[in-house]
Amino acid sequence: MFDLDRWREIFQTINKNKLRTLLAGFTVTLGILIFTILFGMGNGLKNTFYEEFQDDAQNTIFIYPGFAKKPFKGYKENRRIEFENEDIEFLKQKFAGRIDHITARIYKGVTAKYKNEYGNYNVRAVHPSHQYLEKTAIEKGRFVNQNDIKTDARVAVIGRLVAKDLFAEEDPIGKYFSLDKIIYRIVGVFSDEGSGDNEERNIYTPVSTTQLIYKNTEKVDQINLMYDITIGANGARRLSEEIEKALKNKHNIAPSDQNGIYVRNNVEDLEDTLQFASLLQIIVLWIGIGTLFAGVIGISNIMVYIVKERTKELGIRKALGAKPGSVIAMILQETIVVTLIFGYIGLLIGNFVLNSMGDKLKDWFITNPSVSQGTIIGATIILVISGLIAGYIPARRAARVKPIVALRDE
Amino acid sequence: MIQIKELHKSYRMGSNSLHVLKGINLDIKEGEFVSIMGSSGSGKSTLLNIIGMLDESDEGSYVLDNVPIKNLSEKKAAIYRNKFLGFIFQSFNLINYKNAAENVALPLYYQGVSRKIRKEKSLYYLEKVGLADWAHHLPNELSGGQKQRVAIARALASEPKVLLADEPTGALDTKTSYEVMDFLQGINDEGKTILVVTHEPDIADMTKRIVQLKDGIIEQDKFVEQVRASEHV
Repeated sequence: MFDLDRWREIFQTINKNKLRTLLAGFTVTLGILIFTILFGMGNGLKNTFYEEFQDDAQNTIFIYPGFAKKPFKGYKENRRIEFENEDIEFLKQKFAGRIDHITARIYKGVTAKYKNEYGNYNVRAVHPSHQYLEKTAIEKGRFVNQNDIKTDARVAVIGRLVAKDLFAEEDPIGKYFSLDKIIYRIVGVFSDEGSGDNEERNIYTPVSTTQLIYKNTEKVDQINLMYDITIGANGARRLSEEIEKALKNKHNIAPSDQNGIYVRNNVEDLEDTLQFASLLQIIVLWIGIGTLFAGVIGISNIMVYIVKERTKELGIRKALGAKPGSVIAMILQETIVVTLIFGYIGLLIGNFVLNSMGDKLKDWFITNPSVSQGTIIGATIILVISGLIAGYIPARRAARVKPIVALRDE
Repeated sequence: MIQIKELHKSYRMGSNSLHVLKGINLDIKEGEFVSIMGSSGSGKSTLLNIIGMLDESDEGSYVLDNVPIKNLSEKKAAIYRNKFLGFIFQSFNLINYKNAAENVALPLYYQGVSRKIRKEKSLYYLEKVGLADWAHHLPNELSGGQKQRVAIARALASEPKVLLADEPTGALDTKTSYEVMDFLQGINDEGKTILVVTHEPDIADMTKRIVQLKDGIIEQDKFVEQVRASEHV
């Protein structure tokens, strides 16, 4: 393989037969180029999908209390049901294996004020886990953490638009502002591009702080949880049923009462999402396989043609003492060199095209089209191997042809 | 140098079998200059191809330089060809994208000779055929006679025991033919064994021994008074 003389021989052959080399190389370049571009576009389609539809986590269950309409176990009808911190602990323990994150939510409408600026916003008092459920992106600072809960810290994480309204150009991190005249320190700013402006007008505070300030209760308005996605859609349905049953039992609500507790899951959405994602995956895969297959056929054709064209030369070489093995090795080595060089060119052009597209095709649902390095290397290897196989069969035949036949004058 | 006994060869042509060589006996000593003559279809090229290990006989024995040539693998045949034989063809068979020096060096490449020595040797043999100035020209920049001289240099480069020439002057005019023969005679004078296949009597007369083939057998085998090509140039 590292016989310098053989490499010289090969590069001379490639160099002196430019048309032939270009013909073969063009096929390889085109194959990789089309593969890269189409596969990249397919990935762009997938990217759009994930960006548009995957804003919030979808493996979530929302639980909120209502009014028990039916009398049960001595309790009267039309009774108001309320959740407390204890319910969260209860769920956490009972469904430990299946729940990944769980958080309370308390809603408050507040007036926020900083210096001379003020406005009305919604506060959501939450646990740190909330960040995972909402997929909140922190722009600056941090989200509510466990220490805030423990110490009932008066801290707040504000939406990007809240920061814009109240602080304009100022950096809000570390500044103090008031919510309903109670002073909080701002520890973070979040953004949430997918959910519209309203989402970014929210303010997050630690659940314990809000409970302490507003009448010192243990009450929560809503419980949100995120389950282990591997339990699947049916597992999620079962989980919501079990949660509903357990909570109804705990709060003395008749099992048949539809209004005591509401458990909402996104299973249908999740199923749609998963289905659509796998459909996209299949489309992208077939685009890749298809273009690669076309490339393989192109290379095979050109290799058969090349070896045919060289029969006479190979005959001369054999008459001069070339062993069959060295004839085969020469052709295969040439194939590898040509395929790799021109494959790389195709790859560079393809990547250049994809990069220059960037987000210009966003209207066509193609975001950031790109192909991973691994995929490209894999595709190149497939092309090299197919070129080798395609070259090997005619090369072996050429090596077997008796020199006398190859040298026969036409 | 070459001992051939009862050599038979037939070719299959569809359902028919064509018996080309029907028992050839031939003994060639070192330093001989032999021409094989015959009309087309007499089997002369087939005989040369078998001697050149480009083809195999069906029956009979062939010994080259005390090595029996029988049932050789492709690889072995390639090694023997490279070591024992130098070929000269009617249509020159130079590799068209290699220049004269590179063509001459090719058998040495297959012998595993180092690049430097290949270069020296190829220039030496090109000089011998009077083409040192043309070393870096491609075959299509050379005349027919020059091409054949490059081919002769190439055949000599591997320092073979026997030089095999299949109609070496077939594609050349008379004057160039005699020039080529002059070269071959010079090489033979230095002691190289040469076998020429030809159908031209004047070319045959320039060798030392004429083997006349007819219908697959040797009709006549005689030593002749060599006509020096240089007298005609």
